Amino acid sequence: MAPPGTEHMRFDLQVIAAWVEPGSRVLDLGCGYGELLTWLRDHKQIRGVGIEYDQQKAAHCIAKGLSVLQGDLREEVDDYPDKRFDYVILSQTLQQVYEPARLLYSLARIGRRFIVSFPNFSHYSIRLQLLLKGMAPKSDELPYNWYDTPNIRVVTLKDFRRFASDVGYRIVEEIAIKTDHHASHGSVVRRFSNMRATYGIFMIEKETEP
Amino acid sequence: MADGSEAYLEVGSAGIVEKQFFTFADPPDKMRLESGALLGPITVAYETWGTLTPQKDNVVLVVHAFSGDSHAAGFYPDDADRTKPGWWDSMIGPGKGLDTNKYFVICANILGSCMGTTGPSSINPETGTPYALDFPMMTVGDMIETQKILLDHLGISSLHTVIGGSVGGMQVLEWCVRYPDMVRSAIPIATTMRHSALAIAFNEVARQAIMVDPSWNRGNYYNAKKPDLGLAVARMIGHVTYLSDEAMRRKFGRRLQNKDTFSYGFDVDFMVESYLRHQGSQFVKRFDANSVLYITKAADYFDLVDREPPMRSIRDIHGARIKFLVISYTSDWLYPTYQAKELIQTLKRADLDVSFCEIEADFGHDAFLIPDRRLGELVGGFLDGTPRH
Repeated sequence: MAPPGTEHMRFDLQVIAAWVEPGSRVLDLGCGYGELLTWLRDHKQIRGVGIEYDQQKAAHCIAKGLSVLQGDLREEVDDYPDKRFDYVILSQTLQQVYEPARLLYSLARIGRRFIVSFPNFSHYSIRLQLLLKGMAPKSDELPYNWYDTPNIRVVTLKDFRRFASDVGYRIVEEIAIKTDHHASHGSVVRRFSNMRATYGIFMIEKETEP
Repeated sequence: MADGSEAYLEVGSAGIVEKQFFTFADPPDKMRLESGALLGPITVAYETWGTLTPQKDNVVLVVHAFSGDSHAAGFYPDDADRTKPGWWDSMIGPGKGLDTNKYFVICANILGSCMGTTGPSSINPETGTPYALDFPMMTVGDMIETQKILLDHLGISSLHTVIGGSVGGMQVLEWCVRYPDMVRSAIPIATTMRHSALAIAFNEVARQAIMVDPSWNRGNYYNAKKPDLGLAVARMIGHVTYLSDEAMRRKFGRRLQNKDTFSYGFDVDFMVESYLRHQGSQFVKRFDANSVLYITKAADYFDLVDREPPMRSIRDIHGARIKFLVISYTSDWLYPTYQAKELIQTLKRADLDVSFCEIEADFGHDAFLIPDRRLGELVGGFLDGTPRH
């Protein structure tokens, strides 16, 4: 299911790359070294913008010819006009955001659609650790100790679906995947996904007022 | 740029360059300045590097800072000892950020300066003596108009990029506002959409230092003793604003100059005093005091945000197809990063394609002039990613 040429990309990015329509305007929040933007530019002729907090990574992207702003994505999203992008992508960052709801509202404002991926906190191994050890769980996806983790939000696939329905967002696409954190290989989880998936990827559209 | 990563260190690789001159606006067809005043004739000094393509689609316009000149790279033919490379030699040349194997690079001395382009020290043809304060007050916009006339003369109608730092960065932005269809990309560095009170304050202290020097004589000093003391003090103030607390601590600290104990007097004790005095005394050899007055005032007047129509402001470039790369430096306290961020916010709201990088450097405002591999790589890569049509 992954588009050709994306094999070296993180598996969740391969899924996201497949969803984006050719020629669209894309904002990639936390774009890192710009792998996804580069692929989308070269294969889907998108007009892309990235936001990256790390100076070296941002500079690397700019030197590759990508349009990238060095900055804090929570602030940068506020400056864009409504519906400036066709897709806003937030991959594996949601669990690190202090005010996730506020950020998600912003994404829905500036993008026609937004795509979000995050580690699934209800994976069975996490449940078992809490149940059997009685300690804050650690996994390949969430490898940190409770006292020095950037991942301050715990969210599950079910939680995210609930949030979307509460605030009136339509889930256009949803895929649960199983992969290692950096591995480019993975597979789609179809059954018992809330239990078995390590990551969830959602494409969201804000329901238009009647 | 893996192939040319050390190129920025090759001093003078842009080669031998000669200063050229173009004169226009001969009376009675004088140029009307933004203030309404008429000026002419006007001479513009400029230098070029690299080769113009037959399509004339590879032009890079470098715009210099307040005390800069057209000599941005390479050596002059009479500089046999190769002691005076251009002020941005690390950026211009084969394999450098502005790669002269690809681009035709132009740098022109700004209006009001004293390095070959018409300014207050030029001869007023009506009197046969230097203009001094009869020189009309000119603006950053007027500088751009003189550069535009030069480009017209050279048959150039599109710019692959216009790039510059400080007051040069202001010119970059003014170019975009005045001629958005001519500019494919723009790289404003260590600059601002308008001066803060702090920047105006420092400029005013510099101007006062010149004007209180008795030799200034209301600007009429060209055939007499020059206001060197005032000009030197003005430059000392300037250098403090170009450095940073960090840079000065690292470079000088409290170290003493050629002595082990205090002199308990007002001679030079500290290294930083010696440095500033040296910078001041060097500057008076090459720069005109009245030019400092005019150019600093033009920089203070510059404001891309609050402009009365029909003058175009930064918001009027809404939807232009210019790619922007904004660069700031962490230790720049003259035009701090928050001012770059204000620019970016405005450009984003105007639906423009903008990239931004804040380079970590402790050299202060002057960082953009210091040879740095990162700046060349950023700029070179960005320009490669800018379509030539």
